Amino acid sequence: MVTAVEAAQASPAAAPGQAAVKLAVKDLTIRYGSTVALGNVSLEIREHEIFGIIGPANAGKTSFLKSLNRMDMFNTDMHVEGETLFNGRDIRHLKNVYALRSRIGVVFPLPVGLPMTVYDNVALAPRLSGLKNKADLDIIVERCLTRAALWDEVKDRLNSLGSLLSGGQQQRLTIARALSQDPEVLMLDEFSIAVDPVTTMRIEDVLKELKHEMTIILVTNLVQQARRLASRTAFFLNGECVEIGNTEELFTGEVTDTRTRDYVEGRFG
Amino acid sequence: MPGSPPTVKGMTADFDRRNADWFIDKAVQVLVFIGGISAIIFIIAIFVFITKEALGFILDRFDFTEFFTSPYWYPADEDDPEYGILALIAGTASVTGLAMLVAIPFSLGAAIFIAEFATGKTREILKVLIELLAAIPSVVWGFIGLSIMNPLIIELFDVPVGLNVLNAGIILGLMAAPIMTSIAEDALKAVPDRYREAAEAMGATRWQMIFKTVLPAAKNGLLGAILLGVGRGFGETMAVLMATGHSVNIPHSVFDSVRALTATIAAELGETAVGSDHYQVLFTIGVFLFLITFVINLTADLIVRGVRKG
Amino acid sequence: MFEASELNVKNQRVQKLYRLLFLLMTLLLIIPVLLILATLVIKGGSVISIDFLFSSPTHGMTAGGIFPALLGTVWLVSVALLISVPLGIAAAIYLSEYAGDNWFTRIINLAIINLAGVPSIVHALFGVGAFVLFFGFGTSILAASLTLAIMTLPVVIVATRESLQAVPYAFREACWNMGATRWQAIRRVVLPNAISGILTGVILEVSRTSGETAPIMFTGAVFFTPFLPQGIFDQTMAMSLHLFVVSTQVPGVPEDLPYGVALVLIGMVLLMNSLSIAFRTYLRGKKKW
Repeated sequence: MVTAVEAAQASPAAAPGQAAVKLAVKDLTIRYGSTVALGNVSLEIREHEIFGIIGPANAGKTSFLKSLNRMDMFNTDMHVEGETLFNGRDIRHLKNVYALRSRIGVVFPLPVGLPMTVYDNVALAPRLSGLKNKADLDIIVERCLTRAALWDEVKDRLNSLGSLLSGGQQQRLTIARALSQDPEVLMLDEFSIAVDPVTTMRIEDVLKELKHEMTIILVTNLVQQARRLASRTAFFLNGECVEIGNTEELFTGEVTDTRTRDYVEGRFG
Repeated sequence: MPGSPPTVKGMTADFDRRNADWFIDKAVQVLVFIGGISAIIFIIAIFVFITKEALGFILDRFDFTEFFTSPYWYPADEDDPEYGILALIAGTASVTGLAMLVAIPFSLGAAIFIAEFATGKTREILKVLIELLAAIPSVVWGFIGLSIMNPLIIELFDVPVGLNVLNAGIILGLMAAPIMTSIAEDALKAVPDRYREAAEAMGATRWQMIFKTVLPAAKNGLLGAILLGVGRGFGETMAVLMATGHSVNIPHSVFDSVRALTATIAAELGETAVGSDHYQVLFTIGVFLFLITFVINLTADLIVRGVRKG
Repeated sequence: MFEASELNVKNQRVQKLYRLLFLLMTLLLIIPVLLILATLVIKGGSVISIDFLFSSPTHGMTAGGIFPALLGTVWLVSVALLISVPLGIAAAIYLSEYAGDNWFTRIINLAIINLAGVPSIVHALFGVGAFVLFFGFGTSILAASLTLAIMTLPVVIVATRESLQAVPYAFREACWNMGATRWQAIRRVVLPNAISGILTGVILEVSRTSGETAPIMFTGAVFFTPFLPQGIFDQTMAMSLHLFVVSTQVPGVPEDLPYGVALVLIGMVLLMNSLSIAFRTYLRGKKKW
């Protein structure tokens, strides 16, 4: 039973004509020891959008993602200040942090195939939340592997070790795993580094479909990829969120910061 | 959604609930922590319990000077027991000293060969052999001392008794050598290749490179290996018990029979009454042994750890 | 034109000499032991038979078999394993998965090293003071096994910790990112891939424990008892102690009997060690990532 209060908290009232806010950060600052990786970032990510984040290396993009699913918990050096709201709820003070992470799927640039069968790789998240029925698991495994553009290649060898697949296959396996969580938010951190261009295109098509079911945050160093997929994009540079806006405006508009324009036009990278 | 496939969870508003998995995780955290501190608890417990049994002697009858400087060990004498362990210390020290004399050069040589000269299959085989050597139990070594070394020594050196410092020293050396070789080899391997490459680039031959560059760089680890060997020698019980003979005296030659600290406890404890003076003084020797090996192992570890980290 | 200079030739010769020297030193370490082992086999081989292994000693232990001692060793080792393996694995999991890099962890590691370095007779004294007397177990398999367990705990901890740490950190992170708790990640990914290393350590512990004499001498093992052990509060004979007894405490023992006992004991130990080594080599070939 969900009370009116809880329902309201679940999706904060949206402004008319605008989708609800899924994730919001306010004055977010991330430090490693005394080094500031990200300073005073405030932004909102809306439901059912693909939110792009672009910027050069060491801009703080990956740290940002890590703070969103509370993976900073495992790094004693990492300190996060500021407010982070997920569905309107403050995630820096949770009773069960693991439950948060089961709602957020993430794909990192380095492919990781777990040392178990391909089937078990994708069935892991459902099993962790208590799903045991083999028929149900079969359906989930096939659906996620298909969406990750991997089903055709592994459907006859679901029992082979996930950790012994090729790099590109392991990356798609990672995506399949993230999808198997049935997440509310899917975060992808430069996923296409380990994947060939054709497969990248297939996955981009899948992402466009998926956004109707979930919210997607796409960190990418392929500026054109952000342009293809993201409705709004943020530009991170040297630990600062330089600007956020509609993707098209960011790329073509005159009302953009010179740094953004320089990066987008390839003057540095 | 009509015809939707099975999902993992619905979009419930409140996901922040502590479930069974959360509690199990916390419970495991507690359990493994207990496991972690168990080592500390046990070491403290060992010290506490052996001191407890020795307490009577330590508080009432312990005379520091007599204990450590008198060679007269007559604990079972009813009228005038004497508790000087100097002879016993000499026994332990002489056997350990001889053992190190034997073990150090050979372990070092073997470690150098395995680390710097041997390759592939040879190295593997040698390492396996050394590992198996280290596995031979102490009591078997003691038996070897009794049945093989004993007559050998009597015949080779024409002495009346073959259970002496020489016997136990050689055996102890052979016992300690495998471990020392292992650690020394680790120390040599830990020296980065660039040291070797730099020496070779300057035209040094293999042996020049080893002596001038690798050995000095590895000296911490090698020192640690030696200390560990000494610790092993001090603490060895059965082999020493069976191979040193049974004379409590300060040895004047390697052919003298002696008695070590550890062997004394093993030989005499069975004949004492719980709580008696003799019983308590044996525990006191135990405390002494604990403290000495504690210091030796601590030092060895600090030195070796310094190597492995660097 | 690079011709070997005189210095070069001399250096090569010296180098060969040094290589030979070190090889000799290595062999001098190994060969005497092999010879000794050969002697054991030659002198003791004749004693070994099915009868020897499965019957009891007779005539005041100057004849007969070693079965009670074998059985006793099995009892002692089994109970010791039951105690030390769960405890050791828990400790290793703590050190590998939870402990931070601080002074407290350093103290734990120090305690483990010292536990391994305490002389076996001091462990015996501890066993007497703590388990035989204080806890009132009397001289029993329980007291002896507890003493053995504490003594060999470091072996299990170190082997387990190393095999846990061999599992790449990325696997844990992948699980955590999906919402798995630390324990879930350990149970489903880390432990299953460390089991083989743990097993190697356990086999090693069995080998060490079977050969120990001093810790069991006063805590539960006896020179002779006509009864086979029935429960953990019984006293028992043991192989290691039996060797000590027949070679030093029994008058009139025929020369080859102790050799036979020694042969069986060392055979057991070397067999288990070889198993552990073989298992490790086999594992090295079976890469899972």
